[in-house]
Amino acid sequence: MADNQLHASEDETELLSFRVGTQEYCVEIMLVREIRGWTRATPLPHSPPHVKGVINLRGIVLPVIDLSARLGMDPIEGVDRNVIVVVSVGEITAGLLVDAVSDILTVSEKDMQPAPEIAAGRSGRYIRALIVTDEKLIRVLDLKTILPGENQDAA
Amino acid sequence: MTTDPMAEIRTSFFAECDELLESLQDALNLMDEGEHDSETINVVFRAVHSIKGGAGAFGLDALVSFAHQYETVMDEVRSGRLVPDASAIKLFFRAADMLQDIVRTTRDEQHPPPGIEDMLALLKALLHEDAQELDEPVAFTPLGLSLEFDLGAPAIDVAPAEIDDDFGWTITFTPNAGLYASGNEALLILRSLSNLGHCVIRCLVPEDLPPPDESNAETPLLSWRIILEEDVPESDIRQVFDFVNDVCQLQISPRKVIDDLAPTRPERISPTAEAALPPVGSTSAKKPAGDDACPISSAASKVSLVPHPRPARPVDTNAHEPATMVRVDMEKIDRLVNLIGELVINQAMLAQSVETAGMSQQSDIMAGLESFMTLTRDIKESVMTIRAQPVKSLFQRMARIVREASASVEKEVRLKSVGEYTEVDKTVIERLADPLTQMIRNAVDHGLERPDVRRAASKPPEGQITLSASHRAGRVLIEIEDDGAGIDRPKVRDIAIQKRLIAPDASLTDAEIDQLLFLPGFSTATEVSALSGRGVGMDVVKAAITSLGGRITTTSVPGQGTKFSISLPLTLAVLDGMVVQAAGQTLVVPLSAIIETAKLEEQNIHRLSASGMMMRFRQELVPLFDLGQKLGFRDMRDIAAAGIVLLTVQEDGRRAALIVDAIMEQRQVVIKGLGQTCGHIPGVAAATILGDGQIALILDPGDLVWGGASSPHFDTKAG
Amino acid sequence: MSLNILAVDDSRTMRDMLRISLTGAGMLVTTADDGVHALEVLEALHPDAIISDVNMPRLDGFGFIEAVRRIDRLRATPILMLTTESAPELKARARNAGATGWIVKPFDPQKLLSSLQMVTG
Repeated sequence: MADNQLHASEDETELLSFRVGTQEYCVEIMLVREIRGWTRATPLPHSPPHVKGVINLRGIVLPVIDLSARLGMDPIEGVDRNVIVVVSVGEITAGLLVDAVSDILTVSEKDMQPAPEIAAGRSGRYIRALIVTDEKLIRVLDLKTILPGENQDAA
Repeated sequence: MTTDPMAEIRTSFFAECDELLESLQDALNLMDEGEHDSETINVVFRAVHSIKGGAGAFGLDALVSFAHQYETVMDEVRSGRLVPDASAIKLFFRAADMLQDIVRTTRDEQHPPPGIEDMLALLKALLHEDAQELDEPVAFTPLGLSLEFDLGAPAIDVAPAEIDDDFGWTITFTPNAGLYASGNEALLILRSLSNLGHCVIRCLVPEDLPPPDESNAETPLLSWRIILEEDVPESDIRQVFDFVNDVCQLQISPRKVIDDLAPTRPERISPTAEAALPPVGSTSAKKPAGDDACPISSAASKVSLVPHPRPARPVDTNAHEPATMVRVDMEKIDRLVNLIGELVINQAMLAQSVETAGMSQQSDIMAGLESFMTLTRDIKESVMTIRAQPVKSLFQRMARIVREASASVEKEVRLKSVGEYTEVDKTVIERLADPLTQMIRNAVDHGLERPDVRRAASKPPEGQITLSASHRAGRVLIEIEDDGAGIDRPKVRDIAIQKRLIAPDASLTDAEIDQLLFLPGFSTATEVSALSGRGVGMDVVKAAITSLGGRITTTSVPGQGTKFSISLPLTLAVLDGMVVQAAGQTLVVPLSAIIETAKLEEQNIHRLSASGMMMRFRQELVPLFDLGQKLGFRDMRDIAAAGIVLLTVQEDGRRAALIVDAIMEQRQVVIKGLGQTCGHIPGVAAATILGDGQIALILDPGDLVWGGASSPHFDTKAG
Repeated sequence: MSLNILAVDDSRTMRDMLRISLTGAGMLVTTADDGVHALEVLEALHPDAIISDVNMPRLDGFGFIEAVRRIDRLRATPILMLTTESAPELKARARNAGATGWIVKPFDPQKLLSSLQMVTG
C-alpha cells in the first residue's frame, strides 16, 4: 500500500475528505484552492438556505455554501472550528462550509463505486461515487451540481 | 503573455487596424460632408492600404483581397479618374463596415462575414472598364523581393551542360549615371555576383579616361566583363541586377570559351585590369561629392534614437491626441485598479484601527493618516483616468448602426456626433454599446418620420440624430436627440391603457406619459418592426443604464423631436455611498440615490393596509418600506419604533422612503462585483469591502422597491 | 551584419515587422512614422541604409527619397523602397526619386536581409 502511494499510477486521484454532520465527503484535491477558517459571511437577501452569504477572500467576493444545508441536512451554524473549503470548477469559485477537514486520500478509479440507486434520494444527485475504506463510507461530491451557476436549481 | 514576437505583432496589427478603421471613418465622414481634398482621400487610401499591407504579412488572404479591391477603387478616386457621388460615398461607408467585419472575423479566426462578394462586385462596378481589367486578380503571395525578368533578353536555346567546355556565364555590365545616383554601387553588385560562384572580372577602362574631379564624380566611365564559372540559373544572375537593370546595360549569355579571349567591345578598351573578387579593392568607380560619407565607412557611427514629438494625424482636426502614447495591456491597468481598490480598503481599515486604539485627533499618526488618505484619493483618481477612453469608438459604432438601420427602413438619416473626445471609463463605454444601439435604432425606427411625411411637415427629408457626450458636474452626460415627430403621447397613453399599465381614467402629466416608455413590455410601434424587434424595449435600456449607476430622462416636443439624456458616473469602480445598518447588517446605499435623510415620526406614517405604508414628506406622500424587512432579513415589526428614513429617488423622479436602523457614515467604497455565481439578487447592485474586512452589499433602491425578480436586467459584470 | 538602418513606414505593424526582422539579424533599427518624421530623424542619424514605405502621410516615399538625395552626406546611402505592387511605373518613379532598390510587401525577412546585404556590401 505504501509502495502504491509512492508510485501513484495514472488512474489514482487524491481526494480531500471532510466531515459534514456525521458523514464523510470528499472532493478531488485538484479542485481545492485553499482551506480557511470560518469567518462570518454577509448574508444575501432572498437567497436559498444553503447560500450562507459572501466572504472577503483577499479582495474577492466569495460565495459560501453551507454543504450540510445543500445536502438536505441541518444548516451548520458557523463556529470557529468549522472550515471553509475553497473550490473552483471552471469559472466558478465558491467556498464550501463543512464541519471539519478529515484527511487526504489516494484512491484509484477502481476503488470508486458508482453511487447506488438508494443514494439517489434527496442528496443523491450531488454524489458522484462512493469509496469504501476499512470501516468508513466516503461520498465523492459532484461539485458541478453543488456549486451555484448557470444550471442552478431552485433548492 | 505570449513571447512569440509574431503573435505580438499580430495583436499589434489588429490594434492598428482599429485605429486605421477609425481614421478611415473620420475621413469618409469628411468626404461625406463635401470635403474632397487630396489629403482626405489619401487618408482613406492609406488606411485601406496599410490594412492590406499588414494583412499580407500574415497571409490573411480574405482581408488582403477585400482591402485590395477597396484600395483599387480609392486609388481611382485619388487619381481623379473616379469622382464619387453621394451614393458612391455611401458605398465606401458600407465597404468600411465590411472591412471592419472582415478584420474582426479574421482576428477572431471566424468565418468571413457574408456579403463580401456582393460588396466586391459593387466596388468593382465603380471602376472604369479598363481599370477593372488592370485590377484582375493580382497575385499577392507572401513573396519576398520582386523578380523582374527582362522579356527582351535573348532566349537561351543551348543547354550549357551539353557542351563540356561551355558552362557558366559571360556578363557584360555597363552602369549608367542613374546607377550611382540611386545609391547603388557597381562594386557591391560585382561582389554579390561573385557570391554565386568564382568570377573572373575584367574592368574595361576607356582609353580617354578623364582625370576624376567633382564634375564627373558620378559619371560612370567603367564597364565590366565578368565570367562566372558556375552553372547557375540565369534568374539568379538577373536577381543580382534586380535593382539596377534600368540603370545599366546588361548582357548575359552562356559562356563560350572564345568570350574569354575576345572582348565584346574592343574599341573601348586598351589595358585590361583583371581581378578576382573578393576581396574588394578600395578603388571605387564612384566618388561621392562628400567623399567621407561613404556608406561603408560610416557603418560604425551609431546614433541613438532621438526623442521626437509624434506627428499629429492629419484628420484629427480636434487635435486632442496626446503628444506621446504608451500602449498598455488593459489587464495591467485592471490589476492596478484592483490594487488601488485594495489600498483604499486597507487605508480605511488602518483608519479604523487607529480610531479603535483611541488615538487623539491631533496626534501625528492621525495627521499622517490624513495625508495618506489624500494621496490615496489622488492615486485613485489618476489611475481611473488611465481607464478613461474617448467615446469616439462607441460613437463610430453608432454611426454604423444608423447607416444600417436607416437603410433597412428606407429613411434618410444623418448622424451628427458632438464631443467624441469626451473620456469615459472603458467599462462604461463597453456596456453602453447595447443600450445605445437600441436607442439609436428606436430613434431611426420610431423617432424619425419617413421622408414624405417630413416634407409634408416642411422639414428636410433627411432626418438628423445628434449623439453628444459631455462632462457635467462630475458625471458624463450622453444625449441622443432626433428631429423627428416627438413622442406621440396620446398614442403612448392609449397603449398603456390597453396593456393595463395605467388606469383608463388616470390623469398623467406629459413627463409621466413619457416615463411609460420605460415600463417593461412597452412598445410604441403598432406593428413589430424587424429593426427594433419585439421585447427589447426601453425598459431593458433603462435597466442597463441603471446597472451602470446611470439615470435616463426624456424630453420631447411634438413635431420637433425627442431627446434622451443619460447621466453616468465617471467611473464604475468607486462609488460615494452612505453606510447604513438594517436588521444587524451593514449596507451601502449609493449617495446619488438619496435626496434626504430624516427622522421617522409616527404622525407622518400612513398605513394603507397590512403591508403597505406611505410617509408624508413635505406635503408629498411617498411609499415607505422597512429596509431590513424588504431584504428579507427580518419579519414585520412595529416600524414606529424605528428611527431614520432615507428618501431615495429614481431617475424618473419616483421616490421611496427606506427605514434604516442607523446611519454609520458617508464614504467612498470600492465596487466589487458579486460575480455570476451569485446571480442577480433583487435590490443588490454589487458589494464592497468595509474597513473591518467584512463585505457589505451595495443596494439599488430602485430595483429593491420597484424591480422585483421579474425585472429585466442586463448581465452586470462590475468589478 | 551590424548595420544601422532607418525604417520609415506609417504602419506600426510594418515598422514592427521590419524592426523584428532586422534586429534579429543584429542590426540597429531606428523607425520613423512618415517622410517628415524620417527627415527629422536623419538630422541626427547617419544610417547605413534606409527602408521606406511609399504611401505615407505628410511626405510620401518618393518625396522623402528625393529630399534625402538632396542631403549631401546621404547622396549615396542605399534606400530600399517598400511597395505592395511591383508595377513598372512605380519602380520608375522610385528610381527617378533616387531609390536604390525595392522590396515587395509582404517581404520575406531573408530576402530583405539579402537585399540589404547587396546594397550595403
